[in-house]
Amino acid sequence: MTEEKSSTALDRSDSRVRHDEGIIGAVRAFMDRIRSGDLGMLPVAVGLVLIATVFTSLNPVFLAPNNLVNLLFDAAAVGCISLGVVCVLLLGQIDLSIGSMSGLASALMGVLWVKMGLPVPLAILAALTAGAVTGLVYASFLNRFGMPSFVSTLAGLLALLGMQLYLLGSTGSINLNYNSALVRFGQILIMPAWLSYLLAILPGVVSVTMGLRAMRRRAEANLSNPGLSVLLAKAGLLTVALLIAVSYLNTGRGVPYMFGLFVLLVVIMNYALTRTKWGRSMFAVGGNSEAARRAGINVNRIRLSAFMLCSTLAALGGVLSAARLASSSQQAGTGDVNLNAIAAAVIGGTSLFGGRGSAWSALLGVLVIQAISNGLTLLNLSSSLRYMITGAVLAIAVIVDSLARQSRASHGRA
Amino acid sequence: MASNQSITGEPILRLHGVSKQFGAVSALTDIDLDIHAGEVVALVGDNGAGKSTLVKTLAGVHQPTAGSIEFMGKPVTLDSPGTALDLGIATVFQDLALCENLDVVANLFLGHELAPWALDEVQMEVRAWTLLQELAARIPSVREPIASLSGGQRQTVAIARSLLLEPKVIMLDEPTAALGVAQTAEVLNLIERVRERGHGVVLISHNMEDVRAVADRVVVLRLGRNNGVFDADTSNEELVAAITGASENSVSRRRARKLEEMDQSS
Repeated sequence: MTEEKSSTALDRSDSRVRHDEGIIGAVRAFMDRIRSGDLGMLPVAVGLVLIATVFTSLNPVFLAPNNLVNLLFDAAAVGCISLGVVCVLLLGQIDLSIGSMSGLASALMGVLWVKMGLPVPLAILAALTAGAVTGLVYASFLNRFGMPSFVSTLAGLLALLGMQLYLLGSTGSINLNYNSALVRFGQILIMPAWLSYLLAILPGVVSVTMGLRAMRRRAEANLSNPGLSVLLAKAGLLTVALLIAVSYLNTGRGVPYMFGLFVLLVVIMNYALTRTKWGRSMFAVGGNSEAARRAGINVNRIRLSAFMLCSTLAALGGVLSAARLASSSQQAGTGDVNLNAIAAAVIGGTSLFGGRGSAWSALLGVLVIQAISNGLTLLNLSSSLRYMITGAVLAIAVIVDSLARQSRASHGRA
Repeated sequence: MASNQSITGEPILRLHGVSKQFGAVSALTDIDLDIHAGEVVALVGDNGAGKSTLVKTLAGVHQPTAGSIEFMGKPVTLDSPGTALDLGIATVFQDLALCENLDVVANLFLGHELAPWALDEVQMEVRAWTLLQELAARIPSVREPIASLSGGQRQTVAIARSLLLEPKVIMLDEPTAALGVAQTAEVLNLIERVRERGHGVVLISHNMEDVRAVADRVVVLRLGRNNGVFDADTSNEELVAAITGASENSVSRRRARKLEEMDQSS
């Protein structure tokens, strides 16, 4: 796979290490990772196949293109909230008030926009600011008083819900204008087919160009490369999968812009977490906060950023769900929103114990969670059963997380 | 009590009357310590003598209750580990302070990554390999998480990290405790190389052989207080006496008993 060099590559001098090269090597390394408890996306893939088979056999509508388009519309709001949860989970913290925060944000936006007549962008901005301030309060409680986030956000859950009810007053709900851009964005707006195909090709193209650039730089620095074939195979598989998905959705209504916005946020977050100093610091604080402090990282500031991002994204999720439902109501953000968002992050592979995870887990996990909730709705099950099933799924996800963690520990991987 | 050969110039780091209290416990009382450029100061003492506390105070992990610290002739306040690192005081902690979930490269550059907005992984990996090769380290892969490394490998990574920022003073808290024979020799070589570059080194060790091999001065702490400064060629008995606080101590008694037994058997 790699060209013979006059001297061995800088990172290939230790003869004890097996170096996996080429496609077969990549597959072997993948199997090793799975066996040692580094499950990656495997639970999600298995879960999605399982869910799709079960629900399709019960109700064939489940896999209909337009149902999947609806699923994507619904996924965007919870997905945004879940993306924020990933940030706090990475630090080994938790935010239990994300549901209430999203409800408060939707109420605040509704009141400012419909009742007080503010322009929509200002109303949204106010809602997001409320989110940022809430995160700031949680982080200060943790940094100043050492108050565990579990407790402070539990208190926040009630306090924010109270504010939501207070804002909405006795009427209990505010209807948003159906013809407004925001509601159209939340219910109708679909990408034109050409744009969706273009966006489906983009990830493959970008990964090949970036990969080639990295390979060239590594070769110049006398470091080994995993091989061109692996890169091309990965990019090829990704592009084919995305093209099939998009063309299937396009036989229905198409890809919602709102889902596109969510994916864009995930991509930005992924870059921030993996390619910036801030992201590195997040993982370090989550892995060993004292070691991070001694390495000169400002742990308090990292915590502040994580909690502010989490609450702000929860507020954005609230705005999106208000747009989706065309109303700000007392029910917004209550019920299973909280747990769905946390479950999505965990199912997607972000550990509850801190220091492990990725932005993609929000996207993958929310697809699983939404597929379950969508399927159960199609079956016309009462919410009592739906809550029980979703609860069971969350329990399973956490058990898988714990088992994988133990397995990693026994295989000498963090 | 022998004093050292004259070392010229101002000390890089000067402690005067430093004390540290944890509640009712005085971990350090009135410590004076000078560290000059190009010298290795060994810090020895029994368990609980305050060696690690002193190192943590200089690393900015603990703040002293009283006393003053001067760095390059200027009084400084080491209020956080970041401040100490920025001044040029690097530390290898006894517990190593590594993040087990991150790989070797990430740990080496933690807090000082190249290109903070678009991490330069290639450059960092190259730097990591060169640094580790300088230490003759046997690290199989720098892209494995620290959790998969052995104790000795972790210690090498921690030492490599302290060298990364070209510090003026390096403090090593039991750097050879988990190392094999070859790596111990490499670390001692390294300490000498660092000294030749004109940096100051503070070495904490229980291994008197290591201490005498590289140290220019041996500073003894006992129960949180200065208990004398010695030459490297001071005899073992004298050092042990200073560490335990008496020429009549458990070590000397044991030796006397052994000698007696040998006399009787012969």
